[in-house]
Amino acid sequence: MSTTIQLSRRRFLQGSLGALTLAVTAGGLVTIVRAADADSKKYGADSMPGGTVDDPLVFVSIAEDGTVTIVAHRAEMGTGVRTSLPMVVADEMEASWDRVRVVQAEANEARYGNQNVDGSRSMRHFLMPMRRAGAAARQMLEAAAAARWSVPVAEVKAVRHEVVHPSSGRRLGYGELAADAARQPVPGTEQLKLKARADYRYIGKNQVRLVDLEAIGKGQATYGMDMRLPGMVYAVVARPPVVGGKLRRFDSEKALAVPGVVKVVEIPAFQGAPAFQPLGGVAVVARNTWAAIKGREALEIEWDDGPNGGYDSADFREALTKASRATGKTIRDNGDAVSVWNDAAETERFAADYYIPHLAHASMEPPVATVQIKEGRAEVWTSVQNPEAARTAVATRLKLKPEDVKVNVLLLGGGFGRKSKPDYVDEAAIVARAMPEGTPVKLVWTREDDIHHDYLHTVSAERLEAVIDKSGKVRSWLHRSAAPTIASLFAEGAKGQQLFESAMSAINMPYRIPNVRVETAEVAAHARIGWFRSVANIPHAFAAQCFIAELAHRAGKDHRQFALDLIGPARQIDPGDMADTWNYTESPERYPYDTGRLRGVIEAACQGAKWGRELPRGHGLGLAFCYSFMSYTATVVEVAVDEKGGVRVLAVDMAMDCGPQINPERIRAQMEGGAVMGLSLALTSEITFEKGRVKQSNFHDYQVLRHNASPRVIRTHLVNDDHDLPPGGVGEPPVPPVAPALCNAIFAATGKRVRSLPVGTVT
Amino acid sequence: MPQLNVNGQTREVDVPDDMPLLWVLRDELGMTGSKFGCGMALCGACTMHLDGAPVRSCVTPVSAAAGRAISTIEGMESDRVGQVVQQAWIENNVAQCGYCQAGQIMTAVGLLKTTTAPTEEQIDGAMGGNICRCGTYPRIRAAILQAADRLAQGGE
Ligand code: FES
Ligand code: FES
Repeated sequence: MSTTIQLSRRRFLQGSLGALTLAVTAGGLVTIVRAADADSKKYGADSMPGGTVDDPLVFVSIAEDGTVTIVAHRAEMGTGVRTSLPMVVADEMEASWDRVRVVQAEANEARYGNQNVDGSRSMRHFLMPMRRAGAAARQMLEAAAAARWSVPVAEVKAVRHEVVHPSSGRRLGYGELAADAARQPVPGTEQLKLKARADYRYIGKNQVRLVDLEAIGKGQATYGMDMRLPGMVYAVVARPPVVGGKLRRFDSEKALAVPGVVKVVEIPAFQGAPAFQPLGGVAVVARNTWAAIKGREALEIEWDDGPNGGYDSADFREALTKASRATGKTIRDNGDAVSVWNDAAETERFAADYYIPHLAHASMEPPVATVQIKEGRAEVWTSVQNPEAARTAVATRLKLKPEDVKVNVLLLGGGFGRKSKPDYVDEAAIVARAMPEGTPVKLVWTREDDIHHDYLHTVSAERLEAVIDKSGKVRSWLHRSAAPTIASLFAEGAKGQQLFESAMSAINMPYRIPNVRVETAEVAAHARIGWFRSVANIPHAFAAQCFIAELAHRAGKDHRQFALDLIGPARQIDPGDMADTWNYTESPERYPYDTGRLRGVIEAACQGAKWGRELPRGHGLGLAFCYSFMSYTATVVEVAVDEKGGVRVLAVDMAMDCGPQINPERIRAQMEGGAVMGLSLALTSEITFEKGRVKQSNFHDYQVLRHNASPRVIRTHLVNDDHDLPPGGVGEPPVPPVAPALCNAIFAATGKRVRSLPVGTVT
Repeated sequence: MPQLNVNGQTREVDVPDDMPLLWVLRDELGMTGSKFGCGMALCGACTMHLDGAPVRSCVTPVSAAAGRAISTIEGMESDRVGQVVQQAWIENNVAQCGYCQAGQIMTAVGLLKTTTAPTEEQIDGAMGGNICRCGTYPRIRAAILQAADRLAQGGE
């Protein structure tokens, strides 16, 4: 496996040595190679491990009774891909959805193409391959029917699960044609006749419900947590409370005395950078989960906290803020923002500091994996976003060939980025190896484990400085971000955000400001920094979007109009013209920054919320917008703030332009969910450290939005639906504009600026 | 050695008295419809009914359930209110990942059994203990209101 994050295109094109590519290799080790070593011409799906596969023989099979089986090769974590991608295949092949069965692929990127559900890429990268696979299957069925009837293939047509010959009135069902069709040559890409948009039955039509919907409601859907096998044992792990900590000594006597406990297994601590390796510790294995949990409580352990034992969030916040106020490393530089600032009158200068804490993913299903080792092979049942990475981890750990490791992908009870790191699968493999041959081991994380040992969203201090003249024109813009980098997960001691992080809503912004400078500060990580739904867009968009509202206020202008003026007329910008940057792995020609589309979502959200309307005292509307993962989003939040500073979100209007809307009903679900998750992180969620330890432990102190705090009205506005555009991402883009829109609304309601998350109560 | 009555069936288990009902059902009886989300009565994923009233089974010792009627998501298909709620959940396309939904449905059924026409505030009150990290709250609300309507019309 090699997960490659290509950090820069332009630097390589210019032949400079600055660009880095992180390549995560087999053992979770990382090599940082110059981009010159990577193939710079590959974009999008082609740049991902496994690329894409569109072979109908891989994805489609048809039984004699006409049942069409379609493989879902990407894991379901709540976005709907297990339904939406097979739906695309079914539509192109003219299969009737009620006769389609979906089966989940095991890990095998060589066979299926990339399987990592991460980065809002499923529809972006697999819409066309799935359309091609479906069209090829349809054409093979047509060819089989034409041969059977000895008529030219041009005279027959696939319609709703059968092929018809209109002139003679003959028809054959897919089941009757299945065997012959499978023997037809697979048409080449150039021979494929894709459907015209007008002929879609399911794409864009909201005719298809989630394949698991009924099972979910009956409690019959199988998640990783629900795996059961005869003779299965259950394990929980006591992990070092501090990242990088080690076991000094432990005594398992009392743990082994707990009824039901069968074994205690030491888990080795990771070497080098954490990557996807286990943290280490002691596993307690028992006959059921409860006994394992009780056994773990009875362990006596002494830890050596290691180098991160002093990590303290209050201190670190000070250090970050300080770093965000000192000159950093310049990563975008247009004009001369520094001189303009230095020469500006005090009255024209405006600066603000923002802070966004660590966040835990807290998917409702904590990490869990089941592993069984038998006769030189391992079988895994788990809920992972990246099955191939799980296979690599287990193969490496057990010194097996990847083909001797089978990873079965069960439903994920949420993922949000956490479950693309298969450390928990590796842990299960370690424990299974210590058990008698063939014993299935289910390794369960409790909620406390999940909160204490997450791959956290980073923590950042963001500094913005602008010169704004008396007429309200912004003459210079400086955005300096100080945050530990995800790269520290893979390269020991890596400091400062990488281009792929800075690109997200810091470098990549389209405002018409003559002098722009973006800087990043070098700060070290003291926790495992992972990626959380929408990643660095969260802090960067929070700061920049609050700042624009603040500038509008200073200029005495309406925020919406001020923002539209700042963005300027509709035009397409090559992000590479802003700076050496990263375009979510996509080609800048295919995916330019389109300010017209950004304007479109701002207009739609404002229209939906009736921007500018009269509001009762203590109420306010706030706007924010963002371009991320090739989709454009804008949000207007309406709040009411009471005398005690209590914030109640009354309504959210969210607009999105993700290009073609393949399954609009699920797109709306992601927008609603993104609104709720965005409000969670804005209002209540925060992870803090003391003595290197996470202070929060469960949902009482790591608070996420509940029913009663959730807005009763979430209006979603889908904009554009242009099927000539390449698809944009859907899962992540709804999140970033929510927190800044909320804080802008609080300002509108109270005149008070909240620049630090979570908001809590407004004082 | 408690005897349990689960969805109308008698089940024998051999577990310690303090073992939470959730783990007894999931690990010992293989009934995995009820989910583990927090283990501390904070998220509602494990919600079952004891004698018709919703409880958090992750903190309910099995001894407290002995001799009482336990009903779980697996039994809702044969419950009049349960059926209507499950149907409303489908029609509103509530689920995203779906992991929390068994608990949500069990709490909603509990609410509708005691409060036939719940107000928005009553829904907030009853459902406040059930977290959905995917953020399906607006649809859950819509599904509950729809189910209440259906039940008021006498049902199916
Ligand atoms: S698992 Fe019981 S309330 Fe969360
Ligand atoms: S649907 Fe995923 S947690 Fe509720």
